Amino acid sequence: MANTTQMLNKVFRTCPDTGLKFHGPAENLIKVNAVAAVVFLLVGGFFGLLVGLTRWQAVHLLGAEDFYLVLTAHGLNVLIFFLIFFEIAILYFCSSVVLGCRLATPKWAWVGFLLMVIGAVLNNVVVLQGNASVMMTSYAPMAAPPLFYLSLILFAVGALIGCFIFFGTLVVAKNDKTYEGSIPLVTFGAMTAAIIAVFTIVSGAIILIPTYLWSIGVVGEIDALAYRLIWWAFGHSSQQINVAAHVSVWYLIAAVLFGARPLSEKVSRTAFLMYIFFLQIASAHHLLVDPGVSSNFKMFNTSYAMYLAVMASMVHGLTVPGSIEAAQRARGHRAGIFTWLRKAPWGNPTFSGMFISLVGFGFLGGITGVVMGAEQINLLIHNTLYVPGHFHATVVLGTTLTFMALTYWLVPVLFRREIVFKGLARWQPYLYGLGMTGVSLFLMGAGTLGVPRRHWDIGFAGTGGITHEFPAAAYTMLALNGLSVILAVFAGAAFCVIIVGSLLFGKKLGDQKMAESWIAKPVTDEEYNANGGSAYAIPGTLVLALVFFVSFALYYFINWKYLAETWGIS
Amino acid sequence: MSSLSPPSKKIWWNEPVHKSELMWISLVFVWGLVMTFMMPYWHVVGKQNLGTETYKTTPAKFQEATEAFAAKFTVRTEGPRNHPVVAPPAGGDVYMLGRLWDWWPTIELKKGETYRFHLSSLDWQHGFSLQPANINIQVVPNYEHVFSLTPTEAGEYSVICNEYCGIGHHLMIGKILVVE
Amino acid sequence: MSDHDSDESGQVPMMQKLLDNPFLLLFIGVASPAMFYLVWGLAEIFTVPAR
Repeated sequence: MANTTQMLNKVFRTCPDTGLKFHGPAENLIKVNAVAAVVFLLVGGFFGLLVGLTRWQAVHLLGAEDFYLVLTAHGLNVLIFFLIFFEIAILYFCSSVVLGCRLATPKWAWVGFLLMVIGAVLNNVVVLQGNASVMMTSYAPMAAPPLFYLSLILFAVGALIGCFIFFGTLVVAKNDKTYEGSIPLVTFGAMTAAIIAVFTIVSGAIILIPTYLWSIGVVGEIDALAYRLIWWAFGHSSQQINVAAHVSVWYLIAAVLFGARPLSEKVSRTAFLMYIFFLQIASAHHLLVDPGVSSNFKMFNTSYAMYLAVMASMVHGLTVPGSIEAAQRARGHRAGIFTWLRKAPWGNPTFSGMFISLVGFGFLGGITGVVMGAEQINLLIHNTLYVPGHFHATVVLGTTLTFMALTYWLVPVLFRREIVFKGLARWQPYLYGLGMTGVSLFLMGAGTLGVPRRHWDIGFAGTGGITHEFPAAAYTMLALNGLSVILAVFAGAAFCVIIVGSLLFGKKLGDQKMAESWIAKPVTDEEYNANGGSAYAIPGTLVLALVFFVSFALYYFINWKYLAETWGIS
Repeated sequence: MSSLSPPSKKIWWNEPVHKSELMWISLVFVWGLVMTFMMPYWHVVGKQNLGTETYKTTPAKFQEATEAFAAKFTVRTEGPRNHPVVAPPAGGDVYMLGRLWDWWPTIELKKGETYRFHLSSLDWQHGFSLQPANINIQVVPNYEHVFSLTPTEAGEYSVICNEYCGIGHHLMIGKILVVE
Repeated sequence: MSDHDSDESGQVPMMQKLLDNPFLLLFIGVASPAMFYLVWGLAEIFTVPAR
């Protein structure tokens, strides 16, 4: 047994297109985790369609009971299962493949994977049976069946195993000396995601295990406020894993498509360090209008300790496109301010997906998140549709689209299959980006008009005559949201069809090199220095960054003005 | 060497940072300070700062307090749910409870006066969402949240629930009336 | 690894050492939010006075 394991561990192949060294067991694990992710994306996306069509008051597809059930399933499948499966694949890729070493304990990685699959499937079964429509947050003292909590615990344990295998693989690479000096930036970013994941999962365990015991009657009571506090250390931080992961993937895609190197290792890594220190404490965003916690607690935590983690995101927002600009200029696209961007491969879904994600995450997701995270402004926003509007920009435009972009690149590399339906693939990121931009904007628009989230009927038809009339614009927003959902789900389904189609029917590549070049040669020192002596001058990116900054500042102060217009409250 | 390889310099920490990056980092850092300053600043000059005064309570105790409050200041009953309309004296305490799936009682306030609100839930978590003023506050069982509200305009306001609270969540609505 | 350092005399700076230490970072990344957010928050919640 030990011998076979040892033999397995020696299986490596070198990808003819990228030169990357794949450890066989790692490669299989990356494949199964990525495929599981796509399956749960498909399931969760379908539920999202039903949610959008029900929210559209003129269509109002589902009844109340089904709506709440489907909304619960939508949240869990995409926000938890899809993303974490994909992130485990990224962790294995960024450790074993990027460092060119064997994956630590592949057997345990399979155990982790199986636990995650069992947890995710079991959770869907419990939710679809209908007694667990408690939303993703499952706020105590509203109770779900014990299996609901147990399935999440199983999933989390599996994911935690994945994180430790990542750290184990870092140790393996160091001991086997497969690299010299510091780990690559992309691996460092993945490590940031893994660290946040450990905090996330530990917090999840701290709250979900007692809640499970409560649901089977062993524990008497769960304090509702403590539940909220700890649950959000899990629920919010899990979205911070996404941020760290997709920023790493941005750097990865910049390296793969342009041969880009970070403008400064020091700056980019310090920015990730700010994530490690402070990103998770923004879990307090959810408690800004709660009783029981002080304003000092709220202000310190919601600001990520003086906005240092926001600063980190804004630094990545400069250095990712900046590193692309520097590489493009070094390779000859030097004219004017934006030639480097115009000459980018806009027909390549890996690039377009990544760039749309960068812009959408920053302008729509980032700005709105920081603004509504101001302690007092949150009064206007808390639990309105603005919140899902915001996180559809961060998590879907930001993370999901980035992961899609990466998948287009990974399929030929990992599965040695050519992408099918290339014409559709070329358009897919644009359609998905447009649809999700619509979803995000229209949900936020409805939210500013006060429309509540997780609410089946804002017409209040069944209340026996006691109603509230939302402005007609709110209904228009929800209709436009429905249309955007249709577009986004079409593009999301197109993605799944392209990927599954490629895996099943794509031309087999085997050991043949593809016709097109699949990884750019790293830009050399000479090429950088040939650029007029100023290797990292990035005027185009600076212009974009300043546009971003002005939008941010304007929107920030406009919201304080809105706040000043409502009732006095103290 | 790209972002997929180890840094080209063994000791990369001492490498100079380009001025484009330095400019941006400085700008963003200062912006962070501005935003950090805004929240405490608003606590001093702003009129919208949700108080955090909180007491542990129980559903029974809170219901009793709310009923005593209603018994004292009810002026009439009205509406489809036959709720008491309670008009506390200006500057006085106001009790409002959330429960599956109702806000109770209906409150009548005077424009421009400040009231001390007591808010809690008798069962699950609820969301106090005052529309169209658009003030949103989390309501948590076993915790009595006390804060002040000053209506700025007369009219009929709805309190809708914006925290999911089960199958009747969308039926949960109450009223606050503001008179001149 | 010291043989690689021969061309660049001088010590590895403190910050680079920190950034090259995954397990120290893991500890900080769990301990820091646990203190600022979980412990501080729970301390406040559990000291809410009774009515």
